[in-house]
Amino acid sequence: MTAQTEPLAAKKAERAPRRSGWKSIRKNWELYVFVLPTMAYFIVFHYFPMYGLQIAFRDYTPSLGIWNSPWVGLENLQRFFDSYYFWTLIWNTIGISLYELAVGFPIPILLALALNELRNGTFKKWVQTVTYAPHFISVVVMSGMIIAFTSPSSGLINLAIKALGGDPIAFLSEPGWFKSVFVFSGVWQSMGWGTIIYLAALAGVDPQQHEAAMIDGATRLQRIWHINLPSIVPTMVILLILNVGSFMSVGFEKVFLLQNPLNLEASDVISTYVYRSGLVQGQFSFSAAVGLFNSVINFILLLTVNRVAKRLNETSLW
Amino acid sequence: MNREARSDRVFDVVNKLFLFCVLIIVLYPLVYVVSASISDPVYVNQGAMWLFPKGITFEGYQRVFQNPEIWAGYANTILYTVAGTSINLLFTLPGAYALSRKDLKGRGIMMGLIVFTMFFGGGLVPTFLLVSGLGMMNTVWALLIPNAVAVYNLIICRTFFQMNIPKELQESAEIDGSSNTMLFLRIVLPLSAPIIAVMGLYYGVTHWNSYFSAIIYLKDRSLYPLQLILREILVQNQMSDTMLMTGDDMEAMAKQARIADIIKYAVMIVSSLPIIVVYPFMQRFFMKGVLIGSVKG
Repeated sequence: MTAQTEPLAAKKAERAPRRSGWKSIRKNWELYVFVLPTMAYFIVFHYFPMYGLQIAFRDYTPSLGIWNSPWVGLENLQRFFDSYYFWTLIWNTIGISLYELAVGFPIPILLALALNELRNGTFKKWVQTVTYAPHFISVVVMSGMIIAFTSPSSGLINLAIKALGGDPIAFLSEPGWFKSVFVFSGVWQSMGWGTIIYLAALAGVDPQQHEAAMIDGATRLQRIWHINLPSIVPTMVILLILNVGSFMSVGFEKVFLLQNPLNLEASDVISTYVYRSGLVQGQFSFSAAVGLFNSVINFILLLTVNRVAKRLNETSLW
Repeated sequence: MNREARSDRVFDVVNKLFLFCVLIIVLYPLVYVVSASISDPVYVNQGAMWLFPKGITFEGYQRVFQNPEIWAGYANTILYTVAGTSINLLFTLPGAYALSRKDLKGRGIMMGLIVFTMFFGGGLVPTFLLVSGLGMMNTVWALLIPNAVAVYNLIICRTFFQMNIPKELQESAEIDGSSNTMLFLRIVLPLSAPIIAVMGLYYGVTHWNSYFSAIIYLKDRSLYPLQLILREILVQNQMSDTMLMTGDDMEAMAKQARIADIIKYAVMIVSSLPIIVVYPFMQRFFMKGVLIGSVKG
């Protein structure tokens, strides 16, 4: 992750002086041995599947294999576009991602700004240690907690609702609740961890700026707004771009676990659909086409946001 | 001056109050799970137990530990975590070091190829076909090799090497006539203990918590990692009879349902135990990874 703000000239100067190519390679041959397994891994497990994506345009049958199955062009994609669940999947995928972005993105920023105002002490340490902890809870346990807590008969949340005189809500069987349950449980789990990177940026703020502002009579809130917040904008932009980079893949692992036949109309996203139609039902070509569609949209989104950020803010991934 | 000082004091109080609320919101569900796991399920299901354990019983834990599948899952997960993390380090550290060296030809292209995979990939189906084509189906290798390197971790390592291994070390090693391998093993690695710890923890936690590869690649129950057993108990609500067994009459049936709940809370704690134990001591290492990752990569 990088904020490329330094001038290009400085980067060029960093490079080692040019030696004649072969001599350097022969001298450092071991480095190429070091990097070989890593590169081999990426070629085999990342680039080879990209090449294998061509089954999206074939009619794959296991007996013929990837390379001999007949070409069918855009038939698989066409079938996906024409299917009645197409818009449901798109809406769920984008809906959950946007919801998550709208709620999950600002909260760690707010939290980091608030934490930064605390003097280092026991209380700060407590807040940090406790709020970071849920980050390490596995998705399975997390989903188990959500299911247990939202149980209409004995779940903590519904017990509270009943104690307050309300009627219990079946959060996971009513489609209308799915997205909120997904997003807010995600906020609970990751808001603390998300502050670390902002706190690091805030630690880099020059104290003299604050001193000068204090002399001018600025209040705490004014200083946070005019000094601290602007100082973390580059970090925010980078994280936003990275966020968009996984926009279409929506926390697949958690959606998958929380999904059930009753909430499917609100919880079925492209990635879970790919899993079901591909690996469960064995429609390899069709689901590869759906997956490809998803990746391409995602990649286009990423390029767009990166470009916009570059233009507006001079901060970008590359 | 006084007026402003007062507004700052008000801010301070409000801010602390806000953070206190956040602290409670995060802490409460965690405490509740712990308390529920050792409370009589009757109280838990009625809402009579809401903070401190009530009617203390360790029956949930007893039943969890009686279940041989949990033990087997635990053993498998430990094996996958240790083996997987070792493979991760083997594929990540030397590569990251080489890629951190400015005199590596083509490192720009190589980094470009690696980073690109963060944003675009073949996706589930082609990867699945590849792994099954390589004959890894229903073997441990399917959990270990296809995730041998995480791009983000590689970038963290590379950044660490760039920032912490001075060029002078490399030059003096060259003058001494020691090879790059010696340099890496004798000098670079010993200087990189913190990053090795960070990587070990990140990869280790990932292996411990992962379940999806196991769903798609493993068929044999005896190979299941802990998280898959957990999924059956917590998400699919399937528990083996031996775990629930209380008797045959009607009363026993009602008791079974209650026991199912306490088992769920107990199993959450049991499965997270290693991380709960390690976390307080390793917190600064976990954080360090994020910090290095946030610097220029």
